[in-house]
Amino acid sequence: MSTQPAAPRPSQLLPLDVAVDVLEGLPGGRVILTKVESLLNWGRAASLWPLTFGLACCAIEMMAAFAGRFDLDRIGVIPRATPRQADLMIVAGRCTIKMAPIVRRLWEQMPEPKYVISMGSCATCGGPFYYDNYSILKGIDQVVPVDVYVPGCPPRPEALIEGILKLQEKIKVEPFLRRAAAQA
Amino acid sequence: MLNMGPQHPSTHGVLRLVVTLDGENIVEVQPDIGYLHSSVEKMMEYRTYLQNVALTDRGMDYLSALANEEAFLLAVERLGGIEVPPRARWIRTIMLEFQRIASHLVWLGTWAIDLGATTVFLYCFRERERILDLFEQTTGGRLHHVYFRPGGVYEDLPAGWTDRALAFCAEFPRHLQEYHDLLTGNPIFQVRTQGVGVLPRETAIAMGACGPVARASGVAFDVRKAFPYEAYGELDFEVPVFSQGDCWARYLVRMEEMRQSVRIIEQAIAQLPPGEIRSKVQVTVKLPRGEVYARTESPRGDLGVYLVSNGDDTPYRVKIRAPSFSNLFALTEIMRGWKVADVIAILGSVDIVLSDVDR
Repeated sequence: MSTQPAAPRPSQLLPLDVAVDVLEGLPGGRVILTKVESLLNWGRAASLWPLTFGLACCAIEMMAAFAGRFDLDRIGVIPRATPRQADLMIVAGRCTIKMAPIVRRLWEQMPEPKYVISMGSCATCGGPFYYDNYSILKGIDQVVPVDVYVPGCPPRPEALIEGILKLQEKIKVEPFLRRAAAQA
Repeated sequence: MLNMGPQHPSTHGVLRLVVTLDGENIVEVQPDIGYLHSSVEKMMEYRTYLQNVALTDRGMDYLSALANEEAFLLAVERLGGIEVPPRARWIRTIMLEFQRIASHLVWLGTWAIDLGATTVFLYCFRERERILDLFEQTTGGRLHHVYFRPGGVYEDLPAGWTDRALAFCAEFPRHLQEYHDLLTGNPIFQVRTQGVGVLPRETAIAMGACGPVARASGVAFDVRKAFPYEAYGELDFEVPVFSQGDCWARYLVRMEEMRQSVRIIEQAIAQLPPGEIRSKVQVTVKLPRGEVYARTESPRGDLGVYLVSNGDDTPYRVKIRAPSFSNLFALTEIMRGWKVADVIAILGSVDIVLSDVDR
């Protein structure tokens, strides 16, 4: 009778969300193997704290997204009233040229790593105030770097949620530590 | 000196208040506006009247888009002598009152958050979503509708809409009672609002305060009663007036206004006439040379549009008389002598929308 031990399984790197499922499914499972970066990214993606910062109409839809029916809390998005505690800025609404330096300063006050969602067509490109208007900035990306653009005038709360989910996908695959190491 | 805003969780938009302080007491308040100036009056001169309807939604008070459309179209229809069929007038009245409730609910929720009562916000937005659903079924939009057109409305009410609207009206007074239960009997809320930020009647008139702010100071004036437009002349409703002039009175005026709006909607749906919803009007409306001023009662107060036409298909000049603008400057008069913490309560009670202030 052959007593040959079973061949060792090739090492396998599970995606983090699958790994967590496996871990929870195993009785007594306590060990998880993952990359530190993936773990950090997973944690960061699951608790985005945006700055409560509304400019115009889109801010009302953003408020609706925070309220009961759409409930952004369930994907870990909790509004913070100060830029020092926030890592996400949702630029909701049109930004005037007078307001642009203040948006920039708020963005600079946020600690790294930080993300920007441009909500609505005014923040994205000037929207209906695009071609014959003297006071509105034609796109917030002239002032701060934008990660996700959410189209609409104004976008529905579902659209904003989709934008946040897209940003989460982006964060999950981000070479966050490697970039920091390269900069150091 | 204290700079409040332009980014501040309680300024309801991008308003900067330059507050001069003596310790905790306020000596002087100087609002710095223009952070949301969208030059909508200038842009209107280059767009046709139909295109301008879309602009009024966004460029003016964005919390009550239909009220803006109404003010602008009232001016267009009066100057052009455009007839609005009865059914369209009644539909407009119903929509305007729903808009008033939705706008007041946002005000109530955000003001309650400013004063530390977060729950009310969630309750208010729960009911507001139902109104937005009703809007969406009719106009297709939640916030910006472009529903009122020169000579009527865009589409008729869908089947079963009036039943759903009536169902909402039947249960909304119960929800109003919930807000009263949460706030009116709340001792913290009472202390923060009763007797705070008193706007005397004379000051209210002198500063041109309008709408619920003026009515809380004893000015019994409502454009819906004084200069009835659409179907308001044929409806039975009351205008709540209080004489105290403090934040508490402004709160009670708006709460009562919501109840009256429900009454108006119920009456209007009961009397809704059949027939056409839009008179035959060309897409590019050309108005005769002339000028007109139309005033309406928006949720924030006396919203007027002054329109000059030189016979073209675009307006020659549009001037918007914004209620929030005059209410904001009534603020500067009443904030003197109060503490810093009261600034939030007073500012919230006036219910300004910065898009309306700056335009």
